[in-house]
Amino acid sequence: MKIHLSNSDFLRTFERFVRTFDPSEPHVLDVTTHDKWVSVHPAVLAMVAALGRQVPKENVRLDDVTAASGHYLDRMGLFAALGKESPYSIVKHESAGRFIPLTQIRTSQEQTRFISEMIPILHLLPDQADAIKYVVGELVRNVLEHAEASSGAFVALQYHSKNNMVRLGIADTGIGIMSSISRSWRIRGEAEAIRLALTPGVTGTTRREGGTETNAGAGLFFIKSMAVVSRDQFVIYSGSGLYKLLMRDKRIKGFPTLHANPFLDRHRWTEGLPYFKGTVVAVDLSLGQTPEFVALLAAIRAAYSSAIRERKKAGVKMPRFID
Amino acid sequence: MTIDMESVVGSFAENKDLARDLRRQSIEPALAAGETVILNFAGVTGATQSFVHAMMSELIRTYGEDLFDKVLFQKCSAAVQEVVETVAEYMLESL
Repeated sequence: MKIHLSNSDFLRTFERFVRTFDPSEPHVLDVTTHDKWVSVHPAVLAMVAALGRQVPKENVRLDDVTAASGHYLDRMGLFAALGKESPYSIVKHESAGRFIPLTQIRTSQEQTRFISEMIPILHLLPDQADAIKYVVGELVRNVLEHAEASSGAFVALQYHSKNNMVRLGIADTGIGIMSSISRSWRIRGEAEAIRLALTPGVTGTTRREGGTETNAGAGLFFIKSMAVVSRDQFVIYSGSGLYKLLMRDKRIKGFPTLHANPFLDRHRWTEGLPYFKGTVVAVDLSLGQTPEFVALLAAIRAAYSSAIRERKKAGVKMPRFID
Repeated sequence: MTIDMESVVGSFAENKDLARDLRRQSIEPALAAGETVILNFAGVTGATQSFVHAMMSELIRTYGEDLFDKVLFQKCSAAVQEVVETVAEYMLESL
């Protein structure tokens, strides 16, 4: 496998980054970097780390990092996650207020520990902290429950004080969304799998309305809705398809409609990308743009119940009128 | 019976395993014995929908809306209250 980290791999250009991924030769991982500057979204690092666990350590190459910002990869834990010795011997500064380096999470206990420890490091306000805890909690749990990924989830976060934004990425090399959703739903392709995964009340564990005793199929819908409201981007890449929620037009005022069908949101769907066996989820959350978390939850609740009513209505036999 | 949620889940309720265990080991036996259960969320700032679903959904399936005569939610933050109401609403809609 080959993958390239450029000088600007963020959500706006995530498809461009994905196209650098070459999944052939799955027993080797060759990571190359821009020669002058490396600047990437945490989801990029999470994906590379997850891929790195699929190959023997000695078959991972991350050499010749010449970019002036190459130490960033070290501080975000990429060399350690890939089992490579870092070429940087910099003095590590206190990470408080800036980032959470790549972390591997394999159990719910590790998840709980990660969530309780990350907030003091990010130095967020209580209301902002709850939103981030919520997103991390739901995304990691999705991996642990549905991905069947032996190496669990790789997570990284970065807080950007300049625009008051948290960038979050999580990746696994499990079965992917299509296989997961297919366990309970007959689907025709990756677009439909992503649509179902983002629809409230749909889970790969059952077709029953209301879900199972432990799964309701609401986590991704909540997170996509948070990104809709805060006018941010949200990406899911799994298999060879990539769904991207595009930023809401700033000229449109007022609280947005939260669609149960993600393809009714302003989005871009790309298919035919290099096949990634697993799932990457990336989200940016502009904390200054997010209304009170409680108001957001109230809007999500209304959208969720409406979606269930619509589905039930669609499944109910109605009077037929004939001549 | 009153359950101190903070002592079980900490300040943010997200661990579904704990939610499931709490339901199976504490709430269900208490309800079966005819007790009223008070879930005291003092000190818990937030909860994920997944957590509340794992704790409540089967109980709502079993008892329907009557559950809310038997299980009371105490000292909930606005965020916790909103998530509890969300789960209650969609589960009751699903019945």
